[in-house]
Amino acid sequence: MSGPSTYVPKTAFSRWLDARLPIIRFANDTMLTFPTPRNLNFWYAFGAILTVFLGIQIVTGIVLAMHYVPNENLAFDSVESIMRDVNYGWLLRYMHANGASFFFLAVYVHMFRGLYYGSYKAPREVLWILGVVIYVLMMATAFLGYVLVWGQMSFWAATVITNLFSSLDQIVPHVGTAIATWLWGGFAVGDATLNRFFSLHYLLPFAIAAVVGLHIWALHVPGNNNPLGIDVKGPQDTLPFHPYYTAKDAFYVALFVVLYMAVVFYNPDLTGNPDNYIPANPVVTPPDIVPEWYLLPFYAMLRSVPQKLLGVLVLAGAIVTLFFVPWLDTSKVRSCRFRPQMKFFFWFFVVDCILLGYLGSQSVDAAWNLAGIDLPLVWVARFATAYYFGFFWVLLPLVGLFEKPKALPDSIAKSVLGNAQPMPAE
Amino acid sequence: MATTTAAEPTRRDFIYIATGAAAAVGGALAAWPFIDQMNPSSAVLALASIEVDIASIQPGQSVTFKWRGHPLFVRRRTPKEIAEANGVALSDLKDPLARNANLAEDAPATDRNRSTKPEWLVLVGVCTHLGCTPTVSTPQVPQGEYGGWLCHCHGSQYDTAGRIRKGPAPENLAVPPYSFLSATRLKVG
Repeated sequence: MSGPSTYVPKTAFSRWLDARLPIIRFANDTMLTFPTPRNLNFWYAFGAILTVFLGIQIVTGIVLAMHYVPNENLAFDSVESIMRDVNYGWLLRYMHANGASFFFLAVYVHMFRGLYYGSYKAPREVLWILGVVIYVLMMATAFLGYVLVWGQMSFWAATVITNLFSSLDQIVPHVGTAIATWLWGGFAVGDATLNRFFSLHYLLPFAIAAVVGLHIWALHVPGNNNPLGIDVKGPQDTLPFHPYYTAKDAFYVALFVVLYMAVVFYNPDLTGNPDNYIPANPVVTPPDIVPEWYLLPFYAMLRSVPQKLLGVLVLAGAIVTLFFVPWLDTSKVRSCRFRPQMKFFFWFFVVDCILLGYLGSQSVDAAWNLAGIDLPLVWVARFATAYYFGFFWVLLPLVGLFEKPKALPDSIAKSVLGNAQPMPAE
Repeated sequence: MATTTAAEPTRRDFIYIATGAAAAVGGALAAWPFIDQMNPSSAVLALASIEVDIASIQPGQSVTFKWRGHPLFVRRRTPKEIAEANGVALSDLKDPLARNANLAEDAPATDRNRSTKPEWLVLVGVCTHLGCTPTVSTPQVPQGEYGGWLCHCHGSQYDTAGRIRKGPAPENLAVPPYSFLSATRLKVG
C-alpha cells in the first residue's frame, strides 16, 4: 500500500543510521508519508484515541503498582491509602479506573465503525481478527484489574467469573472444578488468587501493546478502509498521514480526553459500584452483583439462559462469533452507506446491544409493566440475545445475498471533490 | 541433496523423530512446574478442617461459619422444615444425587441422605451455579418458594434440604465431610 519508500536521509548521521537500522525510514513511511484515503471522517479517529488510552492505562498502572499491595489483608487498605495518602494518588487511581471505562467506550465505537463500513471484509480479515483478540485481552485485563481493589464487587466478580469454568463439570465431571481450583490456588477465591491476578494484570497490557503492533501492521498492508468502502485507485484518492490525519486525530483525541478528564474530576465514581467500597467478605454476597458497564451485555445474555452450561456457552459464543464476521458477511459492497437493508439491521443491532447492557444492570426477577401486563425482563433479554446471534449468523449471510446495493461512486477523489482537480498532496 | 526412493527408514529419519519426541516430552516436563505452581499450596491444603460449637444454635436458626474460604451453613431445622423436605418426591428434584461427601457418589437425594441427624443440616454455602452465597429463608423473611435458600445473583432456589429446585444452578448445595464429635461439637473437613 505504502509503495516504495520516499524517505531521503538528510544528515550524515541519519544516512549512517539508515544503512544500519532504518528506523527513521520506518517511522517516516508508516507515520508521516503513509497514503491515507482523503475521506476518513470523525469515526476514524478512534484508533488514535485507543492508542492514547492504552498509553494512559500503562503509565498510570505502573505508578499505581508502586503503592498497591496484592495481599488479601492489605489490598483494600492499600487502595484507600493510594486515595488518601499517596501524593496525587486519588488522581492516578481515578484516571486508571475511568481510563478503563473510556478505553471500552472508544473500543465499542471503533468496533461498530468497523461493522458499519465493512472494514472486516477482504483484504482486512486478519486486521479484524487481531482487533477481536485485542478486545478479548482488554476484557481479561479489565476484569483482573477490577478484582485487585478487593472490595465486595471485586471479590464476587472474581468468584462468578472463575466459576464459569466449573460449568465444564457438566461435560466431564470434576474437570471444571479442577480448573477452577487451579485458577484460585485454593478452594475459593483468596490470597493466592489475588496475587496471580496482580501478576497477570501487569503482564496483559504489554501483550495488548504487542497485538496492537500487529493490528497496525495488518492495517498498513492493505491501507485504511474508508466511509465509501471502495478501494483506493491512485494517489489522487489519498493524502499523506502527516499532517492531515495527525492533526485530525489529535483534535479528536483532545476532545475525548476533555470528556474523560471531566468525569475524572467531577464524577469519578460515575461508573463505579458503591458496594466496592466495602472490603471483600467471602461469606456474604451483596444482594445485587453486577459487572462493570462494559461487560453488561454479555452478563445479560448469560442470565437469560436458565441452564448453567448453556448460559456459559452463550456467553462464550457471543464473543467467539466476532471472529467469524469476515466470512459471515456475503455482501460484495463494504459500506452500509450503500446497503439500505443492512443499514437498518445495523442500527437495530446497536440498539440491541445497548438494550442488553441495560437488561444486564437490572435485577434478575425485574419486569416491565406494559399496559397492565408484566413482561419479565428475562424474556426481553432472551429476544435481545436471539437478535444478537441472529444478526451475525442469519442476517449478515442472507441480507448480503438478497439486498440490492446502491450504485457505488467511481472513486474516492470524485466523491469528495466532484469534478474539481485534486490538489497535489504536498 | 540427491533424492532417494528407498522405502527403508534412514538413520536421519530416526534422529529426526527421536529429537522431536525428546523435545516434546522435555517441553511437557519443563512446563509442568509452571502449571502446577498455580494449584493449592501445602499451606492451603493444611487448613482444610475446622471444629465448630453448635450449642447455641436455636431450632429454625442458620449460622454461617467459614471453611476452606467458603461459607459453611449449619442449620438447625424445625420439625416442619424436615417434614417439608421429606415430603418431596425424588422425581420432582432437578438433581437426584445427594452430593454428600460422607456417602457414595450415586446416593439419591433423599432428606435422610442430605443430613446425618435430620435436625442438623450442614452445607457448603456456595451456589452451584456461579459460586455466590445464597440467602437463608425464614418464616419471617421468606426467600424464594421452597423455604430453603435463594441465590440473589441469578435466582437459584433451594429447599429445606438445600436441594436445587428452580433456577440455573445444576446441583444441590454440597454436603461437606463432617462428623459430630459430641452433641454440641461438629468437625467439618
